[in-house]
Amino acid sequence: MSIQAQSDPSKSSYYVSDALYRELIANFSDWQRDDRVVTDVAERDRFRMLIEREARLLDQLRYEDWIALYAPECIYWVPSTPNAGDPRREIAVMFDDRRRLEDRIYRLRTGFAWSQAPASRTVRLISNVEVFATDRDAVRMVRSNFLISEFWGDETRILTGWAGHRVMQNGDRCEIQAKQVNLIDCDQCIRNPSIFL
Amino acid sequence: MTRLERIGAAPRRIDGGALYDWDELVQEERAHRLIYTDPAIFTHEMTHVFGATWTYLAHESEIPNDNDFITRRMGLRPLIIVRDSNGQIRALYNRCTHRGTTLCRWDKGNAKSFQCPYHGWNFLNTGKLRGVPWPDGYACDFREAKYNIAQVPRVESYRGFIFGTLNPDALPLVEHLGPITKPIDEWLDRNPGGKVVVCEANRIKYKGNWKLAYDNSCDGYHVVYSHRSLLETENRFAGDNAKGMSYYRNSPDSLPMYMRYTGHGNHFKDKRPNVEKRSGGLWAMESAHPGMEHYEEKFKQRHGERAFDLLDLAGSEPVNINVFPNFSLLGNHIQVFEPISVGETNAIWYGTMIVDANGDIGEEAVNDINALRMRTQEGFPNFGEVDDVANFEQIQRGLDALEDEWVYMHRGLGIPDRIKTHEDGSITAPATDEAFMREHFKEWKRLMKARPNLAIQREP
Ligand code: FES
Ligand SMILES: [Fe+2]
Repeated sequence: MSIQAQSDPSKSSYYVSDALYRELIANFSDWQRDDRVVTDVAERDRFRMLIEREARLLDQLRYEDWIALYAPECIYWVPSTPNAGDPRREIAVMFDDRRRLEDRIYRLRTGFAWSQAPASRTVRLISNVEVFATDRDAVRMVRSNFLISEFWGDETRILTGWAGHRVMQNGDRCEIQAKQVNLIDCDQCIRNPSIFL
Repeated sequence: MTRLERIGAAPRRIDGGALYDWDELVQEERAHRLIYTDPAIFTHEMTHVFGATWTYLAHESEIPNDNDFITRRMGLRPLIIVRDSNGQIRALYNRCTHRGTTLCRWDKGNAKSFQCPYHGWNFLNTGKLRGVPWPDGYACDFREAKYNIAQVPRVESYRGFIFGTLNPDALPLVEHLGPITKPIDEWLDRNPGGKVVVCEANRIKYKGNWKLAYDNSCDGYHVVYSHRSLLETENRFAGDNAKGMSYYRNSPDSLPMYMRYTGHGNHFKDKRPNVEKRSGGLWAMESAHPGMEHYEEKFKQRHGERAFDLLDLAGSEPVNINVFPNFSLLGNHIQVFEPISVGETNAIWYGTMIVDANGDIGEEAVNDINALRMRTQEGFPNFGEVDDVANFEQIQRGLDALEDEWVYMHRGLGIPDRIKTHEDGSITAPATDEAFMREHFKEWKRLMKARPNLAIQREP
C-alpha cells in the first residue's frame, strides 16, 4: 500500500501535489458550457439542496456537519484574481486542503480568535444554481451565486460572488471534492476575511 | 478608595490652530490619542510623512518589461508606476493635466501611452503630452511643460524595491536606508540569485489608523496574546516540536532574538538566532501546510542531501524588516501599508516566489518550491493577521474615549543595561521591548515638525 493510501488527510497532506493542482486547474477551466447544462429538474434540485444545506450549516456554525459534506481529500479555494489563475504561482485569499480547513475550525474554537470574538452572524442567500455535466459520469460541476450578509463588529456588510462546486455522486450520497469561491472583489482589500465562504 | 483624575487641558495647538505641539503630543513614554484619530494630523502626515520621506511604491518584478505599468498610491496620491519606453521607472501622477481625471483605471497592464477618457488628451508613458483633440481650438501650442503629467521627482530602487519621495532634500535612498540594507540584503540573498518575484497578495483592510500597523511591525510583546489562536492551531499536532513563533511563549526576553533600531524610523526584529542554523531548520518550524508531506517526500527522493536546503526556500524567514512609514519584509512577504483615511488602512501582504537564477535547481523543483511557498505564505495572513487587525480596529474604537488620552510605549524604558546603543548608532533591545516604537515616533515627530520643500516634476 502506498503512503498516500495509508495517510489520514486530517493529519498529513500527501494528496496536494503537482498532479492535483494540474487537475484542479483543468477541472475549473471552461466548465460552464451551455451544451453541458443538466436540465433534469430532479437532479438539479438535488444539487441545489446540497448547496443550500451547506449555506445553512455555515450560518449555524455547524462546522463538523459542514465539513462532512466534503470528500476526505478535498480542496477549498478562494482565488485572489478574477480569472482564478494558477495557485502554484499566485497567492490565494485561501487555498485549503482538509487539514487546513480543520485548522480553521480549530482556530475558531480556541476562544482566542479575536477576529471572530464575538462570532459574525451570517445569512447566506444562494441562487442561480446551475448544474453541469463533466467528462466523468459520476461527477458534476455546480455553479451558484451567493450573497452573504455578515453582521460583525457593529455593522452588516455584504460578501458576494459565485461558487463552483465539483461534486462526486456515490449512489445516494454526494461528496464535494472541490469548492472554488469567486468573490467579486477578490483582488481588493477585504475587511476581516475570517469566516468560511 | 477611588481617586478622581482631573482632566487636563486639551493639547496646545500651533500653526494657526489646526495642529499641535508635537513634543506635547508624543512624549518619551506615551503618545496622545489624537495622533491616531485627528483628521488634521492625518492630512499633515500625507505631505510631511508620505511625500517628505521615502515611501515604498512597488517591486520591479511587477513591471518587468518596457511599457508595463501598475497603479499605486503615495499617501493619497494616485500614481501610475511605469517602466517607460526607454526602460526608465517613473511614478506618474494618475491625473490628467486638463481637468484632473485619473488617466488609468486598471490595476496593471502594458501601454505606451495613456489617453484621458474624458476629452481625449493623450500622454506618452514618459508623462509627456503627445496631443489633444482639435488643437486649433486652443491659442497655445501645448509645448509648455505644465501640460505634461506631474511625476514624483525622485524615484530610486534598492535591489528591486522601488521608493519615491517628493523631497529634493532627502538623502539618496541607499543612505536613507543605511544599516537596514544589511538585513534586506540577507533577506534577498537567501533566495537563488538574490531575487524574488511578486505574485499576488493577501489584501486586508482595517478600520484604523495606519500607524497601528507600523507600531505592530516590530512588536514582540503581542505575539502570545494577539496570536494565541494561531499558536494553538499551529501546534495542535506538534508535540515537542514547537512550530512557528512558539518560542515567544516562555520568557521571550531571555532568548537570543532581539530588536534593532537603525535610524530614520526603520527597525528590524531578528528571530533567526532562535532557530537552529542547519539545513532544514526553517522547514522544521513550519506548521502544517497543504502538500507539505508530499513535497517533502518528493524532495527527499529526488534531491537527497540537498532536499532540506530547497525546502527551506519555502519556509518563512524569521525576520521583520521595517522601513518607515509603509514597508515591511517578513517571512517571505513584502507587506505594504496604505493609508486611506485617518481611520482606514489597507495592509497588503504581497507574496514572493523564487526564480532559478543560477540554473542549478531545475524548473520542476522551482515550481514545486513555489507551490509550497504560496501555501506557507497564506498561513499567517489567514490565521494570524486577522486577529491583529481585529485588535487594531478595537484600538481605534478604544481611542474614541476622549478623556483617557494616552497610550503607553514604555516597556523597557529606564531598565539599566536593557537597551544598548552600538557604534553605528543603532539600538538593540530584547524582543518584547517597545524601544522600536519610541524611536520611530522620534522620526515621525522630526518629519511632522519639518518644513520640507516638496516638489513635483514634469518632462520639459
Ligand atoms: S480631463 Fe483629461 S482630457 Fe479633459
Ligand atoms: Fe502580529
